[in-house]
Amino acid sequence: AGGGAYWVDSQQKRYVPVKGDHVIGIVTAKAGDMFKLDVGGSEPASLSYLAFEGATKRNRPNVQVGDLIYGQFLVANKDMEPEMVCIDSSGKSSGMGIIGQDGFLFKVSLGLIRKLLAPKCEIIQELSQLYPFELVLGMNGRIWVKAKTVQQTLIIVNILEASEYMTAEQRKQALAKLSGN
Amino acid sequence: FMQRGLDSQTKKQLEEEEKKIISEEHWYLDVPDLKEKESCIIEERSFLPCEDLVYGRMSFKGFNPEIEKLMIQMNSKCKKEEVEVDDKMEADVSDEEMARRYETLVGTIGKKFLRKRDQRVLKDDDEDGEDDEDQNSKTIPTKKAKKMFLKPQD
Repeated sequence: AGGGAYWVDSQQKRYVPVKGDHVIGIVTAKAGDMFKLDVGGSEPASLSYLAFEGATKRNRPNVQVGDLIYGQFLVANKDMEPEMVCIDSSGKSSGMGIIGQDGFLFKVSLGLIRKLLAPKCEIIQELSQLYPFELVLGMNGRIWVKAKTVQQTLIIVNILEASEYMTAEQRKQALAKLSGN
Repeated sequence: FMQRGLDSQTKKQLEEEEKKIISEEHWYLDVPDLKEKESCIIEERSFLPCEDLVYGRMSFKGFNPEIEKLMIQMNSKCKKEEVEVDDKMEADVSDEEMARRYETLVGTIGKKFLRKRDQRVLKDDDEDGEDDEDQNSKTIPTKKAKKMFLKPQD
């Protein structure tokens, strides 16, 4: 990866759908066989009910308005409405699909998401030492966190949001206070 | 245009005229063709391959075991090359031990397939039976005699 590849890294908050990106979408409408998902782009993405693992016409996935979905873009260009699926090219869900109940969804800038998704990210490693929790990062700037208690969840949310502007030392201080408690 | 009574000659003339017109048009088409070149630049809009980003779904300290399995699976796709190199080092038995085992193995399995007569010889050799050699020499020819074909006496 990166062999002869050049890219421009800039800070932005507004997401533009890109094919192959994994994002968190919120179901806004159910139109017959298609769901409309809000992904934070210029228009809502469409998702077919057959695009889930093991879905058939008789075996429909249980998706309600307001559910959170983790999927990837099948089609995403400036001329067409973006289309999402929750299975990969081999037909397996591999972690995509409806995100469970509870948890907390919040929005961050795209630059932070890329920092968090970098291999061997310090922030993630330090947080993972604190308490057990589950984390879903969408390339559209949305993060979903779930921990055992509401307090723990909110602590993780605050650290992730603040780590955009905190230096590494400030972060380690904050985490040391927390693990001391 | 498609008249029945057209002679073959007039037909040919018409065809030639058509070809001329077409080939004249072709002149114009040739020039744009030369200017078209395949660009060696591929545009990629996603950040994923650029910075080698990991999979977006994670779980820590056993919160969601299925996702933890998935994490290992997804991240091992990137690290497959490293694992292949390590395989040589991680063999349970070292090469030297294998060689030693093979030496003894060949001997023991080879013994299994010897005939009984030869097995006895081997045994006696191992036991350092110098005294028994005479006995052996007696027993061996008798065995030999037994095993050879006895002609039926008329």
